[in-house]
Amino acid sequence: MDLLTNLALGFSIALSPWTLLLAIIGCFVGTIIGALPGLGPSNGVALLIPISFSMGLDAISALVMLTSVYYGAMYGGRISSILLNIPGDEPAMMTCLDGYPMAKQGYASDALVISGVASFVGAFLATIGLMLMAPMLARVAFKFGPAEYFALYMLAFCTLGGIGSNNQAKSAIAAAIGLGIAMVGLDKTTGMPRFTFGELHLMDGVDFLVAIVGLFAVAEVFHFIETHGRDSAIGVKLGKITVDWAKLWSTRWAMLRGSGIGFLAGILPGAGASLGSFLAYMAEKATAKDKETFGTGNPRGVAAPEAGNNAAAGGALIPMLTLGVPGSGTTAVLLALLLTLNITPGPLLFSERPEVVWGLIAALLIANFVLLVMNVPMVKVFVKILQVPSWILLPGVTMVAFVGIFSLTGSAFDMQLMVAFGVMGWVFRKLDIPTVPVILGILLGNSMEDNLRRAMVLSDGDWTYLFSSPIAIGLWLAAVLGFVAPIFLRTVLKKPTLPVTDDLTSD
Amino acid sequence: MTTVTRALALSAFGLLAASTSALATECIAPANPGGGWDFTCRQVARIMQELGAIDAPMVVTNMAGAGGGVAFTYVVTDRNDDADLIVAASSATTTRLAQNAFAGATADQVRFLGAIGGDPGVIVVAKDSPLKNLGDMVAAIKADPGSVAFAGGSAVGGFDHMKPLQVMKAAGFDDITKIKYIGVDGGADAITQTVGGFTQAMTGDMSEIVGFIRSGDVRALAVLTEERVPGFEDIPTAREQGFDVVAVNWRGLYVPKGISDDQFNAWAAKLQQVADSAEWQKVMTENGLAPFVKVGGDFQSWVDGVIVETVALSKEIGVIQ
Repeated sequence: MDLLTNLALGFSIALSPWTLLLAIIGCFVGTIIGALPGLGPSNGVALLIPISFSMGLDAISALVMLTSVYYGAMYGGRISSILLNIPGDEPAMMTCLDGYPMAKQGYASDALVISGVASFVGAFLATIGLMLMAPMLARVAFKFGPAEYFALYMLAFCTLGGIGSNNQAKSAIAAAIGLGIAMVGLDKTTGMPRFTFGELHLMDGVDFLVAIVGLFAVAEVFHFIETHGRDSAIGVKLGKITVDWAKLWSTRWAMLRGSGIGFLAGILPGAGASLGSFLAYMAEKATAKDKETFGTGNPRGVAAPEAGNNAAAGGALIPMLTLGVPGSGTTAVLLALLLTLNITPGPLLFSERPEVVWGLIAALLIANFVLLVMNVPMVKVFVKILQVPSWILLPGVTMVAFVGIFSLTGSAFDMQLMVAFGVMGWVFRKLDIPTVPVILGILLGNSMEDNLRRAMVLSDGDWTYLFSSPIAIGLWLAAVLGFVAPIFLRTVLKKPTLPVTDDLTSD
Repeated sequence: MTTVTRALALSAFGLLAASTSALATECIAPANPGGGWDFTCRQVARIMQELGAIDAPMVVTNMAGAGGGVAFTYVVTDRNDDADLIVAASSATTTRLAQNAFAGATADQVRFLGAIGGDPGVIVVAKDSPLKNLGDMVAAIKADPGSVAFAGGSAVGGFDHMKPLQVMKAAGFDDITKIKYIGVDGGADAITQTVGGFTQAMTGDMSEIVGFIRSGDVRALAVLTEERVPGFEDIPTAREQGFDVVAVNWRGLYVPKGISDDQFNAWAAKLQQVADSAEWQKVMTENGLAPFVKVGGDFQSWVDGVIVETVALSKEIGVIQ
């Protein structure tokens, strides 16, 4: 029983009071970071790396604390998604879709409990998966070349535009705008500036955090001003935290499915938690009998993406630890941390530094239980941070948005850009164009382009190379199906069934 | 992130720091904490103080942006005669200077102080590759340039791209624009592509491949150093296989142009002390660095030569006009 011996070794390291204390601090700080709009796991961990060094922590302690922050931020992100309709971090974007409508209907407590438990289930299963599969899955990344990655990104866009929206054209436009924005900046392949109009600030491209905070937080502020707070996110109140066991139980399959999908998405290098939560939500919506209630406050629409993004967070550690290939922005930051600590990730990490790997895994398991306690019974502590009157919260959101962006980029230009994105988000809301595809375009645009160009270099410009492997063909077929099928299914399925609007109250 | 405004903010900060710390020496790491430049600054600062080469602790300032360009421009314009300042540099610094990636800045605007260690360049293939040595690879490319695609962790025209081009040049193959290279996100990614069979060879640094070499996933065709690397004596150098190429990702420092020769020599002596110290030897072993010591005037002329060669290659592949 190698596994149990290893796990015992891990717990013997992670259960020391000092390490435990660091894990608890990490979880607490992480949840706050996740909950605050604009601050997410990657910038949160990045901001804390220098602090952990100045505290003089050894390798394992620093790793335990920062991965606790990482997991914590994954939990915390949902809080502001649900209460404010502002994703606390970018993977929590999908949680807004049903979490916020639930909160508006007075089910904020249910949404928080369900999403908290879903986070736990996702993260817990993923940690178990990490434990069992990391040594085996060291080989999966070898199957993904430029053509496969390009097809994977196409799949993400197509399913988003197809299953994920009510109007393919509008989400295609939004995705195209996002991809266009991603093109701004220095072209990595030739070193030529593109679409910078001689503006030096645009040379490094548009930071996706600026776009996210602008499109979500600032646009929300504009909307609030326009409507004087009517049907705006800001100011949603949260009652007593109670657990509706029946409702919680009804989401069990959504949680399990979300965990599985998220975990797999996390393992794919470059995909990460955002794709995990997104695919989990889409799959849940696609397989549900009551599709129409998704987006209006279906508890399963909260459970699936939360389980998905937390499972992806665990899954993303696999390529990072076994191959040194980060599966997401945050794991890239963690990779930098490992390298700084003189730990070289790779196929041999598990045999050469078992105390690091198993200490980390044990710490993740512990952090999960700590986080469940913090995020379900104690969630009010974090909600307090967000639950303040609108005359404080409104300037507060604005301030956090500005301070957050400025502290990250140190650039006044980025703050103006953020406001511009805010205006864009507000206009898009008027036009009923979804903003999520814009973000996805900005996030994935460069990797997608890089992989397309790599594929073209490798094949001497032969386009058929993109369809040259079974994996690539499978991904392409899924992409086309995901985009086209809903058009037909919509006309076929929609007529007989009338949209159910009171599903929540009868549940 | 928009680095230029960050540079402005940081230079204001830097000026403040400069005016308040007249006695303390400073090392600027032109990147965020955690990378190679940060490593150089922190280790040099620590060892210099341990050796008593400096009286007060050295301040390490991180100034990220534009691949080191922000710090370079700042040193040239604002700190040009500051004798208490050293700045971390590596092969990437000279490659970017040669390719005019620092917005008009040139290598002769600073003085290169020295290198005290290096990450040897390597060319590796998957374990089941038909290419058994560098000669096989050269022959395959000469027969069909498209048959061997390289993956590396730097962008097109970057240091990793240059390595196979230099080898092919040394082999008398001039049609280097035909050689396929894809830049991916780091050495591990490049190895993944190679082991997966999407590319036929990987070009990178020794530290990036150590784990994969030991696990047997990849085989090194050549290390691009003058001598075989301690600890990896079974990997032959390119030179002994008949291709005279040395490509080492050196770790070193530059200083402002405007300081006196005496001040330059004083820094060079301190750096030599670090290079000779047991502490530094230990740090190198722990971090997979190979000995690569060139300090003072020697280093400057070596850097000049490297830049001339990089400019020529970059023009040929069309990275610069």
